[in-house]
Amino acid sequence: MTELTEPLFKKAVVELLYQLADDDFILAYRGSEWLGLAPHIEEDVAFSSINQDTMGHAAMYYGLLEQLGEGDMDTLSHARGISERKNAVLLELPNGSGHYLKEPRYDWAFTVVRHFYYSHAKKVKLESLKHSSYEPLAHAAVKISMELYYHLMHWTVWFNQLMNAGGEAKRKMLEAISRVEQDFLDVCSLGPLSAEMASLKLIDGDDALMQAFHENMKPVFDALFIPYKGEFQQHSGKGRYGEHTQELHQALATLTEVYRTDPAAAW
Amino acid sequence: MTWYAGLSFEEKERIEKALQSVKDPEIDSISVLELGMVERAELCNGNLTLFLLPTFMGCPALDIIKSTILKAFTNIEGVKETNVLFIHHPPWTSDRISEKGKGKLKEFGIAPPMQKNDQTGEWQAACPYCDSFYTTLDNLFGPTACRSILYCKSCKNPFEAMKPVSTWM
Ligand SMILES: [Zn+2]
Repeated sequence: MTELTEPLFKKAVVELLYQLADDDFILAYRGSEWLGLAPHIEEDVAFSSINQDTMGHAAMYYGLLEQLGEGDMDTLSHARGISERKNAVLLELPNGSGHYLKEPRYDWAFTVVRHFYYSHAKKVKLESLKHSSYEPLAHAAVKISMELYYHLMHWTVWFNQLMNAGGEAKRKMLEAISRVEQDFLDVCSLGPLSAEMASLKLIDGDDALMQAFHENMKPVFDALFIPYKGEFQQHSGKGRYGEHTQELHQALATLTEVYRTDPAAAW
Repeated sequence: MTWYAGLSFEEKERIEKALQSVKDPEIDSISVLELGMVERAELCNGNLTLFLLPTFMGCPALDIIKSTILKAFTNIEGVKETNVLFIHHPPWTSDRISEKGKGKLKEFGIAPPMQKNDQTGEWQAACPYCDSFYTTLDNLFGPTACRSILYCKSCKNPFEAMKPVSTWM
């Protein structure tokens, strides 16, 4: 195992952990905004459970950062500014128009597609992380994969059912796919230190991960008789480089409101 | 390796008894020991360190479990101070639940982890009320992270089953 005392190794580990933590953290938050609004009660139960797991995964990564001396995990998750956040921009985008307290016109197709694509990308990264040269991260990957297994099953059912439904459902799904693909490159990116991450064997390189992602997605589309283009962009910004939208600013303001009333409180 | 490796017989008995009194806050018939959450106990000059495996990462019961353990060990002979550490390696898997533990889950109306049928690839669980395998999975995600909701077509009761988790996933 490469030593943490080697500055570049530690820098790359920290960078990677922030991406993984911030991705799960913000998407779990967006998911939790659906509470009480999901299409049916069973989905409310399932989605809440998925969000809770996902927040747990973020906590696990923030915990690893805490062990590396980055600060306490509540501060890391709640008190970092928007330009310090490393999550992919796609994951911070709102669930739709309106506000969750007033007239939420949330888009279920967008949510299903975003979660389905994200779960697949997360799976590809975790499979690679199981062999990471940073052992604590390899152990975390094994644990998280066991929970992601069910998330992926869940979103696969929704994805296939809505795509097979035809009519308005299919139209909205196809729109959501284009929308998600416009910003999916950012989700697959490992940011400014990707070459170092790969050479230090922390995780496979961007290209290998992307190839694995396409190999998993293509059969899904083939089975639905829909051409799979797999051409992704980063239309709304590069989250791994600290570029974010106003939406993240809003989301952080809301989700850290309770934290900011008493940062020292134990939860 | 067993959780009590390295302990004397008397130490093991005392620690085991205290751990048996610590129940899952959400299923109060089963102990953390029967759930297979205890990986290791180290006792050194009266300082006890317990290494526990969380079942699911977002489980909100972990803090409660920790404080219940600390309370349970305040008055145990030979233990001056207790430390509870949650670790992730090895990962907790549902096959760590003991046979006795499965029996207690059943008493609570919860079926043990579903088994994957090798031929059909489908998940199966026996109804905890009538033992029938004529059941269907209603929702993979139940009221807590570790449970799913099923329905028994024989006795027409809904029931819960522990969600299987394994390292191949
Ligand atoms: Zn029955």
